Amino acid sequence: MIAALRCVILRDLRLAARRSSDVLTVVLFFVIVVSLFPLGIGPEPKLLRTVAPGVLWVAALLASMLALGRVFAADHADGTLEQMMLGATPLGLVVAAKVFAHWLISGLPLVLISPVLALQFDLSQEVLGVLALSLALGTPVLSLIGAIGAGLTLGLRGAGTLLSLLVLPLYVPVLIIGAGAADAAASGLGGNAQLLLLGAMLIFAGAFAPWAAAAALRISVE
Amino acid sequence: MQKSPGTPSLEAADLRCVRGERTLFAGLSFALKGGELLRIGGPNGSGKTSLLRIACGLLEPDRGEVRWGGENVRRLKEEFWVRLLYIGHANALKDDLTAAENLGVACALAGIVADDRQIGEALRMLGLAGRENLPTRVLSQGQRRRVALARLALGADTPLWVLDEPFTALDAAAIDCVQSLIGGHVSRGGGVLYTTHYEASIGAAVSRRIDLAGS
Repeated sequence: MIAALRCVILRDLRLAARRSSDVLTVVLFFVIVVSLFPLGIGPEPKLLRTVAPGVLWVAALLASMLALGRVFAADHADGTLEQMMLGATPLGLVVAAKVFAHWLISGLPLVLISPVLALQFDLSQEVLGVLALSLALGTPVLSLIGAIGAGLTLGLRGAGTLLSLLVLPLYVPVLIIGAGAADAAASGLGGNAQLLLLGAMLIFAGAFAPWAAAAALRISVE
Repeated sequence: MQKSPGTPSLEAADLRCVRGERTLFAGLSFALKGGELLRIGGPNGSGKTSLLRIACGLLEPDRGEVRWGGENVRRLKEEFWVRLLYIGHANALKDDLTAAENLGVACALAGIVADDRQIGEALRMLGLAGRENLPTRVLSQGQRRRVALARLALGADTPLWVLDEPFTALDAAAIDCVQSLIGGHVSRGGGVLYTTHYEASIGAAVSRRIDLAGS
């Protein structure tokens, strides 16, 4: 069972490595959207510092949204998803492995690059750290919630738009708490409370979202 | 997890399948024991693939149920699926992976333990010698089908095989090879449920056929 999960994760990473344009588009999208704001708002440091957490979080959220459509689509089209459903490993665990691989490909690069991008907004070092940490805890939650939406909209026409409508409202709490962590750190309160809440969300989503996504996939494939 | 061929018994009782407005079949019952070969025939659109997907537990029948050892397969879940090898009309191959990598992933998912040597042997048995490390993108349709069917060479311990049109796109040599694999599995005491339009000649002690009427 462990071998099967490791195999699924390695397979997805290998596929991403052989088709690196998919990964690059997500990261470039994130970089460009974040960089547009200082250009559009103007070089007012105080204003930039205020909007920075929100801008980075919304950009990360949209970037992870962009990658979501691909989580199950290719496996559905070529029949691999059916094999996963008829496999020896429970589908929920396979989905969890796939979501983890998806996050490594489309979420982790955003987390790693966010401190560099945040420099454009004149954030202090401490806030930078809290912001990156909030993204590190928050983006896996986005991937997990998104997987449920991706499962439900699998194989539908116009799945992309429907997926956004379905998933974006569910992202709201993560966005508020995630951006709130950096805000709290900036105002000197420390972002610990928000980070702990994000951690709790991650544990909760990690435990339940894969099973919900697996159920959604079974419905979609029928 | 015990996976010895044993005496599998798949029973379908009073199945009905409705797709859209049409009833594909109704009141369909059959049993498949170990060492038996069951072929599902019928024209295009008569519900062969749907029947196989119902037998696997992928699709819920509108009426009736499929049982494995007396238990509904949709309740047994992994306990049944670990004893099932399903090859659908889609090959479940990734274009960017090599033939050997694809087969390795398929085995890992199905819970079949196979090392690199066994995987190489299985691919060679299906006539893919020298192509093990090519991305499946560059293989022809028939060769891709062979990569998918190479799982049969490794799935001897899986008691039930469900194959949807296994002979599509294969040449005569590959058809012979797959026929002998199926024949070998049946003679070992495994059960095989399959559909085909090709008049296959598979040596099996008990070989039956169900024809779906279509409409």
